[in-house]
Amino acid sequence: MNPQLRRRFASAALIIGFFVVWELSCIAFGIRDIVLPRPSQILITLWQRMPAIWPHALQTLYSTLVGFALGILAGVFLGALVGSSKLAYDVAYPLLIGFSSIPKVAVVPIFVLWFGAGTIPAVLTAMILCVFPIVVNIATGLATTEPELEDVMRALKATRLEILTNVGLPRTMPYFFASLKVAVTQAFVGTVIAETVASNRGIGNLMMIASSSFDVPLVFAGLLVLAVLGVALYVIFSFIEVRVTGWALRKDEFAMG
Amino acid sequence: MMHTPIAEAATQVEPFVELQKVTHTYGRGDKKVHALDATDLRIEQGDFIALVGPSGCGKSTILKLVTGLISASSGAVLVAGREVGAEPVRVGMAFQNPTLLPWLNLRDNVMLPLKIVEPFRHEYRAKRKTEFRDRIDALLAQVGLAGFADKYPWQLSGGMLQRASLCRALVHEPQLLMLDEPFGALDQFTREELWAIMQDLWLTRRPTVLLVTHDLKEAAYLANRICVMQARPGRIIEDSTVTFPRPRTIAMSYDPDFVTLTQRLRELIMNARPGKETVQ
Repeated sequence: MNPQLRRRFASAALIIGFFVVWELSCIAFGIRDIVLPRPSQILITLWQRMPAIWPHALQTLYSTLVGFALGILAGVFLGALVGSSKLAYDVAYPLLIGFSSIPKVAVVPIFVLWFGAGTIPAVLTAMILCVFPIVVNIATGLATTEPELEDVMRALKATRLEILTNVGLPRTMPYFFASLKVAVTQAFVGTVIAETVASNRGIGNLMMIASSSFDVPLVFAGLLVLAVLGVALYVIFSFIEVRVTGWALRKDEFAMG
Repeated sequence: MMHTPIAEAATQVEPFVELQKVTHTYGRGDKKVHALDATDLRIEQGDFIALVGPSGCGKSTILKLVTGLISASSGAVLVAGREVGAEPVRVGMAFQNPTLLPWLNLRDNVMLPLKIVEPFRHEYRAKRKTEFRDRIDALLAQVGLAGFADKYPWQLSGGMLQRASLCRALVHEPQLLMLDEPFGALDQFTREELWAIMQDLWLTRRPTVLLVTHDLKEAAYLANRICVMQARPGRIIEDSTVTFPRPRTIAMSYDPDFVTLTQRLRELIMNARPGKETVQ
């Protein structure tokens, strides 16, 4: 068995083991459903209430992806601006740190004040949560481009735009994709926070209502849906990352393709 | 009016590259470094000049000035009779570090200048999969990289990368080729092999070459003229012509005349090191 396959088996075994231990502990210690439901109960609840959960899951996914897309647009634009020169980078960095250290939950009420409860605050919260990792990574990638690579381009009398598109942006791609994996999970966090605080749809809202009626298995079913969606998006972006920036990881799959 | 034949020739041949009383200073205030002191240099089209000298003598500064990467503090740098930067001259450049782009395979790396430099960029879209591709594969074959065009830089050795870097510097048929210690990081055998390849490329294409090097044997093997420089402030203290016939071979480097030349250069440079004159 090759080491990679063995690693995958070990990871799968750990995940399954986690749920088995959880299940057995609940039975062994007689923990009640209302405190901590067993994984099997959660799965049954998920299956039985699927028609009710499904629209909420779609709503959450939709808000997250729209917020994520807006976050990418804003993040790439701001990142390119901040990373365009050493001066811009040094000047803008303190402000960036200031903004990114604000707890984002605190701005949800402001969005609700401006746009009312519903989808828009969720989208915007997702966006601001995922925009900072993207800005910081794009800016760092651009600002740390080797001066020698730029010299090669300048000797060819390349314009600033040509240097950016041929050297700066491709070089920044590994930073960008690394940030996307973080950003997409952050976007989920943003959506769910906003849905919990101010919305009548989405998994966040579903969990809120379920917990107020002590329907604990449903709360956990919502949590499971969130976990599955988050992992799925992470996997998708990891896959794109290897395809696009395999050169940075020195992957032979990249060289073949 | 009497003209000697030599003076006659000198006025007739317009230099391709000309430095007129060029100085360059890095930094400002207390950190000022006087890298280059009033330097004059004339290079004819198709010539091969080597710049040698101790570290910090302004060799690379001259290269950057002629390329237009930095501008002179005073004096004028003329290329093809015009102020540097204004001239429509194509320039190729290779450094000690191969500086290939890691996300492109060798072919696309070598293709890069054709994407940017006129007149090739005009035809880039139309010809990149046909004529340009064939031309690059032929060029790679000429430097011994046939069959490696689809490899990525991290899959190749340092010597192979430097060969590809030379191809990238030459693919757009530059009139001016700038080499900043391109063989400095290679082992002795690879280096000598690349000297032969470099000479071959120069003989077939005849760009004007400016080579910065620490290796005196390399300078004597490759160049038509060797300019010896002194450090702090940098200036050219000796300009000698190398007359060995071409194509030159490694065997020639053991010739007494060759050895005498490199020894004389060595002595000049030893005496030109900074701080040396205060000892004497």
